Amino acid sequence: MADKYSADTIITETQKRISNAFDVFDHESNKTVDVREIGTIIRSLGCFPSEADLHDIIAELEEEEPTGFVRYEKFLPTMTKILLERKFRPITEDLLLQAFEVLDQQKKGHLEPEELTKYLTQEGEPFTQEEMDEMLSAAVDPDKNVILYKDFVSMMTFDDTR
Amino acid sequence: MGCGVTKTSEFNRRYDKDGNAIPAAITIKAAVLIQRWYRQYAARMEMRRRYTWNIFQSMEYADLQDQIKLYNFLGYLMDNFTRSSSERKLISHIFRENEVCRDAEWERYFSYTNIDVPDIYCGPRLTFPLDMDQVADLVEAFKNKQQLHSRYVLQLLLETWKLLRVLPNINRVSTCHSKEITICGDLHGQLEDLLLIFYKNGMPSLEKPYVFNGDFVDRGKDSMEILLILFAFLLVYPGNVYLNRGNHEDHIINLRYGFTKEVLSKYKLHGKRILKLLQKIFSWLPLVTVIDQRVLIVHGGVSDTTDLALIARVDRHRYVSALRPPKKKTPSRINVYANSELYHEMINCKNTTGSLTFPKPFGARESFQRRSLQDFSSTMARALEGEFEVRRRQAEFSLSSFSKSHNILSTTLSPDSEPDSSQFTDTSNDEWKQILDLLWSDPMSQDGCIPNEVRGGGCYWGPDVTEDFLNRHNLQLIIRSHECKQDGYEFCHNRKVLTLFSASNYYEVGSNRGAFIRLGPDLVPYFVQYRATSMTRGLSFPQNVKRTEHTALKALRELLFVHKSDLLSAFQEIDKENTGLICLNDWGGAIERVLHLDLPWQVLHPQIVSSTKDGKLNYQGWFHDLALKKPRSEHIEQTMLETLYRHRSTLETIFRIVDTDNSGFITFEDFRQTLKLLSAYLKMEISDEVINELVISTDTNNDGSIDIDEFMEAFRLVDKSRLERGKSLLKLKQDCQSLPLETETPQTADSTAPQMSQCLTSQTADSPASNTADNACSQTANLAASHTEDNPASQTEDLCHISVVVKPQ
Repeated sequence: MADKYSADTIITETQKRISNAFDVFDHESNKTVDVREIGTIIRSLGCFPSEADLHDIIAELEEEEPTGFVRYEKFLPTMTKILLERKFRPITEDLLLQAFEVLDQQKKGHLEPEELTKYLTQEGEPFTQEEMDEMLSAAVDPDKNVILYKDFVSMMTFDDTR
Repeated sequence: MGCGVTKTSEFNRRYDKDGNAIPAAITIKAAVLIQRWYRQYAARMEMRRRYTWNIFQSMEYADLQDQIKLYNFLGYLMDNFTRSSSERKLISHIFRENEVCRDAEWERYFSYTNIDVPDIYCGPRLTFPLDMDQVADLVEAFKNKQQLHSRYVLQLLLETWKLLRVLPNINRVSTCHSKEITICGDLHGQLEDLLLIFYKNGMPSLEKPYVFNGDFVDRGKDSMEILLILFAFLLVYPGNVYLNRGNHEDHIINLRYGFTKEVLSKYKLHGKRILKLLQKIFSWLPLVTVIDQRVLIVHGGVSDTTDLALIARVDRHRYVSALRPPKKKTPSRINVYANSELYHEMINCKNTTGSLTFPKPFGARESFQRRSLQDFSSTMARALEGEFEVRRRQAEFSLSSFSKSHNILSTTLSPDSEPDSSQFTDTSNDEWKQILDLLWSDPMSQDGCIPNEVRGGGCYWGPDVTEDFLNRHNLQLIIRSHECKQDGYEFCHNRKVLTLFSASNYYEVGSNRGAFIRLGPDLVPYFVQYRATSMTRGLSFPQNVKRTEHTALKALRELLFVHKSDLLSAFQEIDKENTGLICLNDWGGAIERVLHLDLPWQVLHPQIVSSTKDGKLNYQGWFHDLALKKPRSEHIEQTMLETLYRHRSTLETIFRIVDTDNSGFITFEDFRQTLKLLSAYLKMEISDEVINELVISTDTNNDGSIDIDEFMEAFRLVDKSRLERGKSLLKLKQDCQSLPLETETPQTADSTAPQMSQCLTSQTADSPASNTADNACSQTANLAASHTEDNPASQTEDLCHISVVVKPQ
């Protein structure tokens, strides 16, 4: 009995979280959001999907005739499932550090902005220029003009909202 | 080569024949990982940015409600006190029409010729008529933080006034000669943004016409400089610079939102005259601008009754303030008794609040009751007439012309008006409502036109009204301002309405961009967005977000704390078993009900709740954490202080109104009376003793008058974290005595013991050593203060720095 209660509570709390996050982007207050904001909403709820993952999710969420908007009734069950199944787990600090080390082929301990830009705007799921600029503004050490990725990773993974 | 199993074994590299590393699968994998991670981080930042924006908008909404509180309070005063009572006299002066003077007499009053400019003054020395070089120098001077001498200010304003008087209500501009017209929205005293616009776009000139769409002043700190620059350009290029009036070009609004204060502090000697002159200038600003007879530029918007032909005819200068209805020269009234149908409608509508069931076109708008600016002024006008008149007017109240009734009421303001049974005609109140609509309205997404109850004036108008308005006037686009937009601009109503806002970082650094547009002969807007960066220089994007968020949350915490009593009741109602705990869902729900703020509490809660146990929150502890300081005394005082705090902006505005000579000081007696009135209105028990204590504690000069600014300083809540960092004024007060706590009942008159013993600290953590508190303690030997923080027995949770200095006999 206690288990069921707490399971229900978890679901309710989860759904409330989803609802709140959805509302932040529901500008017209009519329970729909622009499909382009779905990625932001999902990620802000703690998930780490790739762009490819998002494409799949959005394909699932869109209506038969895409309106450019996603309705809450459709979003809620999909998102609840994602959260309860803990899909798209977080990336640990260690793994992230390793990734940077891979890119640092000469093992300098830091990366040049041009290096990082090259990788992130050309490989994988490329960044837009805007995304790259934003990341650089936080990542580049202003004195040395390089990315001290170890420090960067520590700083960014410290979540000061919790 | 052996394959050591290391942590990075999965990240093997391959090289081509030249020894260059080729992007192996793992490099791609690493890139994807980083991208995936960063996008998540960016999404969280975006979420925070969004809800921070929501918070600011909600708070602005709540702030606008304050304005309505102000009007209601003023209305209450006017309703409940006779014309000759001192209470009414406190504020009625602001509603009296300016003494009827000829313009020549005003020019004498505003004369600047006997103002000497000292040799040491190194700011611009203007000679008239102005030329472009002088204006460029003026801009440069302001860039260098110089201040224009009051002599030149008055001279410039006088010239501006003369020019404005010959301008029409509707500016008509043309894009012939392939000229592009630049249009700017709200500036709100943010000089940096104006300078940025000039930098990006060039200054106004014969080749570069500009339209400025109102709200030049209030909130920002350089309203005066912006006005001077705009007026200077207007004088040099009268055919190329166009100014529209905004709702903040209004002297009563300025009392509340900071412009009055700015002028008085920058121009201590002549500020009052400058303000008076500005009052006239504001009323003479044109109302709208039309480009190529196709595009309308107006500050607020339109309503379903907006008629440009009518607008073109009005005497715009008679509408001095949104809070002052006009006096009409020729009285006229409608004979309702002849029309019994109207009579019945009137009787029915008298008691209804804004309902949408009345027949168009004058339906819902006309039944906009007590809370509207229009209605407030009618209430005020009624009160001035006296009882008999009230009843007579009520009988004449016509549903189909609520605004016409304004005219009826206002006729009695002129002592020699005689009621007669002339035919019904367009009245000045109709016109006044038209102007209010232009300056105060906001678009909404639903069809229709309803009173704008948030702002208390103007309306909310829908896409159908836009369509109808554009068709009727043969226009294709409405460009308006009045509302802050995150990206500086926003389309709505099928791209037929464009909101343009030019004050970047309006709520806080990083909150929004500003924008201006250029319009060529094709009348397609070209947007330029920007953000004044002097404060954000060096801050990365995430730092920006966090900083803005911090401000928003601080304001939110403040709001939560001043509603503590109501919130506590709400929590206790849920927590019937008195466990002291409440689950987050209920917590969020309760807050929403009490505060009427539609915010994503689930998303926000980690920021304002420090810890939860099993998903439950200890709400008493939460208040403790939120809080800053709390008075040690009984519940009633807590509530009183909360109430005063909640109404502080109303209180401040009232003080400034009461301060008739704009000196920044009001007398004891007026202060006392104001507080008493406010407390009666709020149905709050504020005892005479408490008021006396407040009075005594704030008169730090002991000259029988109270510095309004200093008093309001006491209402600023202190950030608890800063407090804990030790920047407390109390700690600086080494020389003040401590008194033991006393919370007994009031003593008799001949007792020497004080009734309350709390310490006055009227400073915030930002200014460690405030003069007032220092004076309070050191100047008068009799005054003593107790250190709440030093006394371990006390509950050190003071709400704000309002405490009371003890005056032992």
